[in-house]
Amino acid sequence: MAHITVTVDGTSYNGEVEPRKLLVHWLREDIGRVGTVVGCDTSNCGACTVLLNGRSVKSCSVLAVQADGCEVTTIQGLSDGNEWHPVQTAFKECHGLQCGYCTPGMVMAAVDLLSENPTPSEREIREGLEGNLCRCTGYHNIVKSVSYAADLMSAGPTKGAK
Amino acid sequence: MTAALDTGTALGKPIRRKEDAHLLHGQTNWTDNIQLPGTVHMAILRSPMAHAKITKLDVSGALKQTGVVAAYGAKELGDLNGGVPCVWPVTDDIKMPAFPALAIDKVRQVGDCVAVVLATSAAAAVDALDSIEVSYEQLPAVTDMEAALKSGSALVHDEIETNACYVYKMPCGDYAASRAKADVVLARRFINQRLIPTFMEPRSVVAAPMGMSDEITIWSSTQIPHVLRVLLALVTGIPENNIRVVAPDVGGGFGGKLQMYREEILVTNLAKKLGRPVKWTETRSENMVATHHGRDQIQDIEIAATKDGKILGLKVTLLANMGAYLQIITPGIPLLGMFMYPAIYKMDSYDFTCTGVFTNKTPTDAYRGAGRPEATYVIERIIDELAAEIGMEPMELRKKNWITHDEFPFTTVAGLTYDTGNYEAATEKALAMFDYDGLRAEQARRRASGDPVQLGIGISTYTEMCGLAPSRTLGALKYVAGGWEHCTVRALPTGKIEVVTGTSPHGQGHETAWSQIASSILGVPVEDIEVIHSDTGRAPYGMDTYGSRSLAVGGQAIKAASERLVEKARVIAAHQLECSASDLEFINGTFQVKGDPSKSQALGAVAFEAFTAHNLPAGVEPTLQAEATIDPADFSFPHGTHLAAMEVDTETGQVKLRKYVCVDDVGMQVNPMIVEGQVHGGVAQGIAQALFEGAEYDDDGNLLTASLADYLIPSAADLPSFDTGTTVTPSTTHPLGTKGVGEAGTIASTPAIINGIVDALRHLGVTDVAMPASPQTVWRTIQAAKGGAK
Ligand code: FES
Ligand code: FES
Repeated sequence: MAHITVTVDGTSYNGEVEPRKLLVHWLREDIGRVGTVVGCDTSNCGACTVLLNGRSVKSCSVLAVQADGCEVTTIQGLSDGNEWHPVQTAFKECHGLQCGYCTPGMVMAAVDLLSENPTPSEREIREGLEGNLCRCTGYHNIVKSVSYAADLMSAGPTKGAK
Repeated sequence: MTAALDTGTALGKPIRRKEDAHLLHGQTNWTDNIQLPGTVHMAILRSPMAHAKITKLDVSGALKQTGVVAAYGAKELGDLNGGVPCVWPVTDDIKMPAFPALAIDKVRQVGDCVAVVLATSAAAAVDALDSIEVSYEQLPAVTDMEAALKSGSALVHDEIETNACYVYKMPCGDYAASRAKADVVLARRFINQRLIPTFMEPRSVVAAPMGMSDEITIWSSTQIPHVLRVLLALVTGIPENNIRVVAPDVGGGFGGKLQMYREEILVTNLAKKLGRPVKWTETRSENMVATHHGRDQIQDIEIAATKDGKILGLKVTLLANMGAYLQIITPGIPLLGMFMYPAIYKMDSYDFTCTGVFTNKTPTDAYRGAGRPEATYVIERIIDELAAEIGMEPMELRKKNWITHDEFPFTTVAGLTYDTGNYEAATEKALAMFDYDGLRAEQARRRASGDPVQLGIGISTYTEMCGLAPSRTLGALKYVAGGWEHCTVRALPTGKIEVVTGTSPHGQGHETAWSQIASSILGVPVEDIEVIHSDTGRAPYGMDTYGSRSLAVGGQAIKAASERLVEKARVIAAHQLECSASDLEFINGTFQVKGDPSKSQALGAVAFEAFTAHNLPAGVEPTLQAEATIDPADFSFPHGTHLAAMEVDTETGQVKLRKYVCVDDVGMQVNPMIVEGQVHGGVAQGIAQALFEGAEYDDDGNLLTASLADYLIPSAADLPSFDTGTTVTPSTTHPLGTKGVGEAGTIASTPAIINGIVDALRHLGVTDVAMPASPQTVWRTIQAAKGGAK
C-alpha cells in the first residue's frame, strides 16, 4: 500500500492505495467521484479523461500513485451545478450528447483542446478528439459543440445554461 | 418562473434536452456507480476455447483467497444455474438447445461462463479466478456456416444432431414464373459481416435483496427493464411481484442491451442465495466476447427483370449465423429483415428462405436495425448491379420500379401495407442538396482524364418497418410477447404533471420529447412535466425501447392518456364552473366557458379539486389521472434517400467519404433536434459497417477483434459532417403522424457507401467490394479486377 495525497475538484484527499490501482478506479471506488467513467480496458475510448495538473489524461492509463501531489479536475469539478462551463453549455445547446456516457471524457478533452487552440477548425477538432469515442452522435454535433464553445469562450465568460 | 407555452407549440420544437444537465455535470447514475454496503463483486471465469469438453473444474482453491465469499461452477450452483431464454421460436420444429448460465460439461464459445467467484472487492474476485483449477479437451470448432451444414461437421450441440437451427420459408407469388419471363436474371452473393454493438457503457448489474422481505431490486444497464422482470421471474422462480428492475442512466444500447444475459441471472440468483448485494460490471474485453453480436449473414440474392428495367421478382436465400446459443430473439432477427427485401419496389413475386446455423461463436441478436440493414444492403446493392447490367442510370432504375406517392396505401409483394410515403419528394430534395448532376459530371471528367482518384456516387433509397409492433402480427410470427405500450398521466395537486411511460430510454431523449407531447395536449409547460421511466417500481407497465418503437408506439399512449385526463378534468371543471362539460373549451391548459372567458379554471386548479375531493360531481372518483395501453394498428415505414460521394484512390485503395447527404421522412417530428441527432448517429454506425467494423475470428473460433484496440469503431477523425434534410409525410396509422427514427440512418447508409465505392471503380471491372472496405480490401479488389480484365 502506498500513501497518496491528491486534490480532486478542489478537495484534498489522502489515503492508502494499492500501487497497481488505476487513477480512474481510485476516483470512482475510493473517493466516490463517479462522474468519471470507464469505457474500455485498452486506453482507446477516452471516457475516463480528466485534467491532471490542467492537461487532459486518460485516467485509466495513470496509476493513482502517479497522481500523488497532483491536482485532478473531473467533469464534476469543471463547474458547479448552477454555473456551467462554456463547453457544457455548448454541448447542451448543440445536442452534443445522447446517452452521455462518453460525455465526461469528451467534455474534458474538449476543454483541453480549446485551451491549446482557442479557434480550432473542423479538422482540428476532429483530430483533437480522435482519442475519445462516441457511439451515439456520429460526432457531427460534438464537433459543432466544440466550435460553438470556442465562440462562447472568445466572447468572454458566460453564465447559465442555454 | 418559466414562460408558459401555448397549447400545441411545444410539439415540433427543437427544445434543448432535460436530460443534459446531469449528464454534463457528472451527476450520473450509471449502474456501476451503485455502491451498496455489504456488496460482493462477481468475477467470471470464461472459456478461452470456442469448443471444448470441461474435463476438470475445481473452484475450491478460489475459496481460500483473501476476500472471497463464494465460488461456483455449474455443479455447485445446481438449480440456481438458470437457463437463458429465447422468446422467438420462429418455426414449429426449431431446435432450441439449452443455454445454461454456467456451462455444463462443455463450452461452446470463447467467453462462455465456466465459473464465478464472489469477493468483497472486484479486484479480489478477479485475482481469485487464477486459483480455480480447470482443464479442457479441445474439440473442433464450427466457424464456417456452410461447412457447419455439411454432414460430418462437428456439432455445436450434440443432442440436436445438426447445426441447422431452423429453416424458414416465405414464398410470395410465383417466382419461377417471374424468372421464366425475365430477360435478365442476376444472382449475387453478399456477405453481411458480423458486428459488435459496442455501446459505450459496458454492461453492469447489481442485485440487492431488500432486508428481510422477499423483495429483490435489480439495477441493470438494460434497454428492457420490464421484459427483464418477467423473464427473471420465469427463470429464477422469484415471484414477479417481488422483483423490481431499474434501468438507471443507461449508456447506449443499439440492441445490444435488448437482452436477458446470463450474468443477470447469476447476479440475481446469487444475491438471493447469499442474502447480500451482488454486483458485476463487464470489462470491455468481456463485452466484446460476451455481449451478443449482430448481422453475420451470407446472403444469396437473385433478381429477375426485363431488359428495360422492370423488376419482376426477387429470390433471397440466407444463411444466418445464430452463434453458439439462442438468446432472446436470435432466430427472429432475419425475419425482421424478411419483409424488407422488396423494399420500395413493385414486383410480382418474392421468394425468401433463411436457414439459421449454429456455430462456435458469440450468439447474435438485435443490433441497430436488426435484420433490416441486412435486407436493405442487398436490395440496394443488387439494384445498382442490375442497373449496370442493363445499362441504365441507377436512380432511373429505382424511379421506374418504386411505389409512387399516389399509390399509397400500398400492399407489397411481402404482404406489408405501407400507409404513406413519398419517395419522389425525398429523392428530389436529396439530389438537389447533393448536386447530383454536378458530381456525375465530375465523375465523367475524372474517368476521362484517368485521374488516380476516382469519384463514385452511392445511392440508397430505403424504407424500413419499425415501431414494433402490432401484437397480433407478432403472435402470427410466433413471438411470445406483445408490442403494446403503456402510459399513465397524473396531474398532481401542486399543478405538476407526471408522465409515467413504459419506454426505457438510453440516449434518445424521451424525458424531453414525451414532455413535449404531453405539454402540447395538457397546455402545461414542458418544465412542469416529469417523465418517469425505466423502473418497474415507479413505472410498472411497459414493453421498453427497441425497434424504433418508443415514439411510434409509446407516443400514442402518451397522447391517448393525456387526452383522457383532459376529458376527466373537463367533467370536474364543469361541476366547479356550474356549466355543462360541453360548454367548456380547453385552451392553453385552462377550461373556459365558451363565450365567457372570465369563467375559467386551470388544469392545476382542477387537479387540486380532484385531490381534496371536497366538491366532485357525483360518480367522479378523486385524483386526476388517466392511463392508456395502446396496441399499434401497424408498423410504421420511414423512408428516405441517402447519397454518398466516395473518392477512391485506385493506386492505394484509400477511400474517402467526401460528402454525405440524406433526406429522411420519419413523419411528424416531435423534436427535430433529436431526430437529426438520431440520424447522425445511425448514419455513422451504418458507415462504420461499410468501412471500418467487422468481428473477425480465426479457424479455432478465437475472436481476433476482442478489444477496442482491434475492433475499429470510428473516431471523429474518421467521419465527415453530414448534410441532413427531411420531408414530412405523416403516418396515417399512427395518431401523432410519427414514424420511427432510431434505426433509419443505420439501415440506409451502408449500401450508399458501398454502392459509391463500386461506382467509382466499375469502369475497372469491379462489381463488388467486401465489407468493411478497408484500403487493403479495396486495393486487392482493384488488382483482382485488373488481373481478370482482358
Ligand atoms: S477507460 Fe477507455 S480510455 Fe480510459
Ligand atoms: S453520447 Fe453516447 S457514447 Fe457519446
